[in-house]
Amino acid sequence: MQVPASFEYRRASSVEDALAQLERFGEEARVIAGGHSLLPMMKLRLARPGLLVDINDLHELDYVRLEGDELCVGALTRHRELLESELVGRLFPIFHDAERVIADPPVRNRGTIGGSLCQADPAEDLSAVCAAVRAVAVVLGGGGRRRVPMAEFYRGPYETDVGTGEMLVEIRVPVVPGGGSAYEKVERKTGDWAIAAAGAALAVVDGRIASPGIGLAAVGVSPVGYRRAEEALAGREPSAEVFAEAGRIAAEDCDPVTDTRGTAAYKRHLAGELTERALRRAAERAGRPVAAA
Amino acid sequence: MQVTINVNGEDRTAEVEARHLLVRFLRDDLGLTGTHWGCDTSNCGTCVVLLDGEPVKSCTVLAVMADGHRVRTVEGLEGADGLDPVQQGFIEQHGLQCGFCTPGMMLTARALLDRNPDPTDQEIREAISGQLCRCTGYLNIVRAVQWAARHPLEASAAPSAGSTS
Repeated sequence: MQVPASFEYRRASSVEDALAQLERFGEEARVIAGGHSLLPMMKLRLARPGLLVDINDLHELDYVRLEGDELCVGALTRHRELLESELVGRLFPIFHDAERVIADPPVRNRGTIGGSLCQADPAEDLSAVCAAVRAVAVVLGGGGRRRVPMAEFYRGPYETDVGTGEMLVEIRVPVVPGGGSAYEKVERKTGDWAIAAAGAALAVVDGRIASPGIGLAAVGVSPVGYRRAEEALAGREPSAEVFAEAGRIAAEDCDPVTDTRGTAAYKRHLAGELTERALRRAAERAGRPVAAA
Repeated sequence: MQVTINVNGEDRTAEVEARHLLVRFLRDDLGLTGTHWGCDTSNCGTCVVLLDGEPVKSCTVLAVMADGHRVRTVEGLEGADGLDPVQQGFIEQHGLQCGFCTPGMMLTARALLDRNPDPTDQEIREAISGQLCRCTGYLNIVRAVQWAARHPLEASAAPSAGSTS
């Protein structure tokens, strides 16, 4: 039987209350929402917080809405709600692509977008998605509200920019006119972590690619930072050759390791191929289908 | 910490440690051993119960997190008028062999049918995709859920809701 080590538990009654608890217990405190990343790690003693602050009652953090030209998603929004949101599917189908292959329905009933991003697992899908769509994390703490782009939010495996006494409260995604997005994942079996996965987002403005974004899961320490591949896309006319080139660069820039899910060489191959496929599908959704090379 | 969880319609109060898992609370404290305990890593799904009507893996929920909420276990499936159609469906269609995954499968099926009374084959397979069965190859489980869909609660709530297929 796996049981976590002892800890104190507080159920937060408001965001302010949660922040006060986090402040008081400092580095010992962790936020718990769905718990499907944190509790397994606590069972294995890979995480051993002294205090859990349960934010499941904070319904004010559970929403999906459009504010101006940004899609706003509360940190407590469950995977299932993202998958069932018509607004999310219409503006950013990449979220639905990913959510369909994240774990399974009972896990998606509990797990949240905020928890997924804060876990910062290099193989986690929503981090790659948020990197591709250039999401901004809204972090709240005693020092006020900060907007942190994904490239800075993700600090490394299991490490984010969320500091002691702070919590992630919202994810904001800029809505780009004429945009399309897609996520491609290869997994060993239904609901598994990715062997490799790629997310891509782009817009086509006056026949040229604008705001390209790429995020990769499970092929390196970070889902973000594929700037060279993005630069190879910006300002070009969408074509099979351009997408193949971006895929080739992404494969070059990723850093997979051999493990039980596959060899580094296989994962690198997947990174390139899946980037290319995601770009093709994103272009199709942006209304600019590109014939296969 | 003291928790009060509404289990199968009845408020159950107990003193638990914060680290106590919901599956242990149900099995050890309440003696409701119909909820099975399997992988302990939220993979196998045999510990699925309904939390406020939705399937969750109770090995990855703290009992304190369920405080003040409703939990339904397999013991709460049978109504005053007899077996839930899902239970009857598993009998009719031979939806189980060893029975280890069965409680979780039946609760997921109940939640699915409550939201979607006429699911497709694919929707049923998707709904149970977080739960492992090593006996049936899933085919008979899908048939059992389809049987239950054809025999909705109202119809089977009649006296002696027995085999009517």
